[in-house]
Amino acid sequence: MQITSPSFKKNSVQALSDAQLQKALGNVRAGFIDKRTKAVDALPEFDALRDNGKAIKDHTLAHLDLYLEAYEEQVKKAGGHVHWAQTAEDARNIILDLCKTRGVKTVTKGKSMISEEIALNDALEEAGVRPVETDLGEYIIQLRGEHPSHIIAPAVHLNKEQIEADFRRVHTHLPADRKLVEHEKLLTEARAVLRAEYFKADLGITGANFLVAETGSSIIVTNEGNGDLTQILPRVHVVIASIEKVVPTLEDAAQILRLLARSATGQEMSVYTTVSTGGRRESDPDGPDEYHVVLLDNGRSSMLGTEFQEMLRCIRCGACMNHCPVYHAVGGHAYGWVYPGPMGAVLTPSLIGVDKGGHLPNASTFCGRCESVCPMRIPLPKMMRHWREREFERGLNPAVARYGLKSWAFFARRPRLYRFFASFGIPALSMLGGAKRRFSWLPFAGGWTKYRELPAPEGRTFMQQWAQREALKQEVSS
Amino acid sequence: MSGREAILNKVRASLNAGAGDRKTAVDERLRSAPRGLIPARGQLADAERVALFEAQAAKVFSTTERLASHADLPAAVASYLRSKNLPASIRMGGDPRLRGSHWSSQPALEVRDGPSDGSDEAGLSHAFGAIAETGTLVLHSGPDNPTTVNFLPEHHLVVVDAKDVAGDLETVLANIRDRFGKGVMPRTLNMITGPSRSGDIEQKMLLGAHGPRALHVFIVEG
Repeated sequence: MQITSPSFKKNSVQALSDAQLQKALGNVRAGFIDKRTKAVDALPEFDALRDNGKAIKDHTLAHLDLYLEAYEEQVKKAGGHVHWAQTAEDARNIILDLCKTRGVKTVTKGKSMISEEIALNDALEEAGVRPVETDLGEYIIQLRGEHPSHIIAPAVHLNKEQIEADFRRVHTHLPADRKLVEHEKLLTEARAVLRAEYFKADLGITGANFLVAETGSSIIVTNEGNGDLTQILPRVHVVIASIEKVVPTLEDAAQILRLLARSATGQEMSVYTTVSTGGRRESDPDGPDEYHVVLLDNGRSSMLGTEFQEMLRCIRCGACMNHCPVYHAVGGHAYGWVYPGPMGAVLTPSLIGVDKGGHLPNASTFCGRCESVCPMRIPLPKMMRHWREREFERGLNPAVARYGLKSWAFFARRPRLYRFFASFGIPALSMLGGAKRRFSWLPFAGGWTKYRELPAPEGRTFMQQWAQREALKQEVSS
Repeated sequence: MSGREAILNKVRASLNAGAGDRKTAVDERLRSAPRGLIPARGQLADAERVALFEAQAAKVFSTTERLASHADLPAAVASYLRSKNLPASIRMGGDPRLRGSHWSSQPALEVRDGPSDGSDEAGLSHAFGAIAETGTLVLHSGPDNPTTVNFLPEHHLVVVDAKDVAGDLETVLANIRDRFGKGVMPRTLNMITGPSRSGDIEQKMLLGAHGPRALHVFIVEG
């Protein structure tokens, strides 16, 4: 997909004035937060499980090479195949090759963010293979030629009237005068259309929430059941997963499963948690003949051993974006690539470069809600700060910001000089604020004052006020 | 260099993984599979555990019904189908625990064998176990219970023995390990918590997305 992260500012302005989008984003604010809170409150052990989840992932990442080798060995033992992909292109080629050698015409797909990351659908279409997204949200955005705006609710930016219009446009085999107003009608129509596709497909692709080294299994969690029909009906099941999805044992997956659904949708357990291992056994009456796993690196191995390693604990629950005031305001598409919200603000610069993704870690008020709800205790604001530092070091932010920061740093490192100038500057600004004690316009800050006024300083510097407080305390205690 | 070696070398280099014995810790963890924290919620005596399963199942819109023995199953299935105005036809695999019941006692009921082809209104499976903590059923693939029966019919009817209702997920996973052997899994292990659903249209939760619209559980006490 085309990366529009460099134009985050423009994207955001557009998003803020998009009435349909703003209406739909109300569903994020209303839908996710209360449900998560209720589910978390109903499990007294939740915070202790977060500590366990973090420890499991930290241990696994520290031994990732060994767990990947153990995982591969078990997949092979169960009759499956592992393909290693260093880059998105490698992953696409592996899958295209599987399609070609097996004469595949139609591919059904369960929801996978890795598929978005490697832009798989475009590659399949170019090769003459028809990809059909089967997750309801993914299906809707595929009809619209869009990309997900949320990692677990891909069509959260849409309202039902828009979806109705798309179904009428595409499902032309159905009577034009049918009623499609209610949510239920839309769901039933999509269900019927997609049911036929599952049976047509030669190959099914799913993602993975976990890869289990102990057993060589992949695990997916879904609510719709599409991921299951995608993998049991076609001849070939292909799993695409990134290398950090591996966990040591089934018990480790069980600990993190308790965090995942609660953090994502406020469910105690998703409807379908499915553990898949190899192809069908000789006596199995159904299931795929072949089982393949494409393991994708695409820059993750370079995050190990850096200040961004902790990001690889992420289990893609979406809690950070559900609680993010910036995401609530602009939605997911403004972030300009696959991963939106706070997790995207950290991951996107890691995967596509800070030169392209540099705006994203700046799109944060550092309110800290993302970190406070992250089930894997990922210090998201801290890592966004690291990206801001790197961006500054590499001279990537705008000249005004850079010189502003530099001149501030010059004074900040010279306290006497700072205080000297402040003792003149603050009273002067206080006077300039006038009777309103506010500025409605400031040089270099027109963007800020365009929408609100800046309060003027009170008249004395922080240091002066502090000294006075201390003096008062002395008086009181003596 | 293959993609495999390139990725593993990069991981090792980034982790600075040359020094020290890292393999022992990994082997030990894979061998012992230590249990983490088990929530207190499901740690109950037998009767309360089954009651918790029923309560949790109801929360996710499953329905449950207790049967005294497997012998009651054919009548109970026929009665469920009638109550939902469904045709008197049921799809099921060859599980001897299902086939042991006298289906001929319900002459009007058609029993369809083997995997589902998508034309069935109702399917019947026998669960390996259940998890009281979350109201979850656990089923595995194999010759007896085709996986398609879990997903294609509109109504999924599942039998579970009361003695197989565990308090927590880890207990069922340990039982799976006992059944199949260490490190060995069936092709598919399905953990099912309620009928299929979607919230993808305006975050409004609707039952019956791609899988069954209804999930009915027979808990056999005998």
